[in-house]
Amino acid sequence: MSHVELQELRRSFGDFEALKGINVTLETGEFLSLLGPSGCGKTTALRLVAGFDRPTSGRVIVDGKDVSGVPPNRRSMGMVFQAYSLFPNMTAAQNVEYGLRVRGQPRSVRRKRVDELLELVGLGHATKRYPHQLSGGMQQRVALARALAIEPKVLLLDEPLSALDAKVRVQLREEIRRIQLELGITTIYVTHDQEEALSISDRVAVMYGGRIEQVGSPAEMYGSPATPFVAEFIGTMNRLVSRVAADGVVEYAGRRLRVDAAKGLPANERVLLLVRPETVDLERAANGAETEGSVAGEVVSHTFLGAVTRIRIDDGSGGRGLTADVSTSKAARIEVGSRVVARFPAESARLLSLADEALPVIDPDDQ
Amino acid sequence: MRRPRISLSSATWLFLGAVYFVVPLVGTMLFSLQSGRNSSYSLSAYGTVVHDHTFWTTLRLSVELALETIAISLVLLVPTAYWVHLKLPRLKPYVEFMTILPFVVPPIILVVGLLRFYNGTVHAPLWYLEKPYYFLVSAYVILAFPYVYRSLDAGFRAIDIHTLTEASQSLGASWRTTMLRVIVPNIRTAALGGAFLTLAIVMGEFTIASLAAFFTFPTYIAQINSEKVYEASSLSLISFGITWVAMLGLLLVGRGSRNRAQLAGGR
Repeated sequence: MSHVELQELRRSFGDFEALKGINVTLETGEFLSLLGPSGCGKTTALRLVAGFDRPTSGRVIVDGKDVSGVPPNRRSMGMVFQAYSLFPNMTAAQNVEYGLRVRGQPRSVRRKRVDELLELVGLGHATKRYPHQLSGGMQQRVALARALAIEPKVLLLDEPLSALDAKVRVQLREEIRRIQLELGITTIYVTHDQEEALSISDRVAVMYGGRIEQVGSPAEMYGSPATPFVAEFIGTMNRLVSRVAADGVVEYAGRRLRVDAAKGLPANERVLLLVRPETVDLERAANGAETEGSVAGEVVSHTFLGAVTRIRIDDGSGGRGLTADVSTSKAARIEVGSRVVARFPAESARLLSLADEALPVIDPDDQ
Repeated sequence: MRRPRISLSSATWLFLGAVYFVVPLVGTMLFSLQSGRNSSYSLSAYGTVVHDHTFWTTLRLSVELALETIAISLVLLVPTAYWVHLKLPRLKPYVEFMTILPFVVPPIILVVGLLRFYNGTVHAPLWYLEKPYYFLVSAYVILAFPYVYRSLDAGFRAIDIHTLTEASQSLGASWRTTMLRVIVPNIRTAALGGAFLTLAIVMGEFTIASLAAFFTFPTYIAQINSEKVYEASSLSLISFGITWVAMLGLLLVGRGSRNRAQLAGGR
């Protein structure tokens, strides 16, 4: 029996359907991230699990019991919020102690638990500080300790790192994962940051337009996106609108490219060819020549990313062209404006059937 | 470290403001110190006032009325403002409009209306109408409504009550616990602000008390004013001092655990 189950969960606000029937299950101790752009319904889903909102239809099952109608204070779910949520009138220790006091725990038990938890989040030295005396990262650590103090059945985190700066964000997400593994607590984590979700989750559920597009391990999500949206949202992906030309061959902007995934597909089927930039190999083209199975084009821009440099190529298709991640030392030899030929292994590319589907457009801010 | 310098224009306005407030007080004080029989100064007017039994009874009555008004206003308006902010934000403009009404309706109209309402429409019992602790406090709660509500409103705007409420509930707290342990401590300053204003209003309210035939501290001052000029001046200053001391007392009571309690929004 799964520990947490969301069954056909729907939530409407007037005419607007924020959640269009989501289904997902979590095993005990699992870390699931709900990942998606702003307005995809991930926070709405989390609020339904926490009990701050009631579903229009569908059920939230915890340990086999339907808790959809149970008020939040009786659900035993620890929550860490996006906004700093510490009680300003209480010290760090008093904040952590609050849930235990509400439950009528004896003072000695409360003190011991508070000390343990503040040590766990690395704030044993800051027990007497008030929220305004703590940095944003420290406040979120206290909020995490406070949520864990009540030994919740499920830990819910609603974009807890979004207000923090990049370095603290990385540190804290690793700590959240460490603590989650240490305590073995079932966790639902909401984020719009794919790197965050992929780095700390057992499984990721990508949401879009009130629906779950795909659920899987981070590796599955990255390597085998099931929908054009997931392909676009997770990592950087070349999305080339193509047509199956023959068995194992697709035609893209007049070029014939060998793709293993096209084997057995009906000819002329409209497909989306997905190629990760790190699988694309670039060579300088002699006189701009384009050989069979390659795409020639002109280098439009370089983006330095450290060990690799992202090179964008205008392939003359009128679309977004191609993007390749090459080592920075190699990129130094490929100047902007030069002609190059791009190749990728036939087995590395994936295909998604497009039929007449329009490609989703994602706001870069949401990625 | 260099101390910030006040510009000449600021100093001028500050001086003019101080003169505007201080000169009448000094004038009143000098007048109250004249015995009236010769040109020397004495405290005889003050002595007459503090030895008058009515002074103490009316003062006590007005302080009690003020405290009762403060308590009722806060008990009624803290949950109201909390709920409006949390669950019914669309009602905010309507409630704000209601807070203007006590300013628009003159006290004389208010007291006549209230007397007609309680006496003629709802037939309130006699004890309700004849005791100041009931009728007069009802009227004062209406008078204090705009001040208390607007103070609380500012307090609620300064904190993220949605997140604080949800955080408290997720930790197992009921609405009551959330209200008493999380919300009220974080709007304490705003509640105190409303309480100060209420105290000042009640300690100086004359029209309603007089028209409803209650003998409160302000009506006592008016009576003395018509009979004894020097004592009236000394009484005005005593009243002024008492109001300030009472406000200070409220501040100290309210700040009891101020060292612990940090204001919301101070992060």
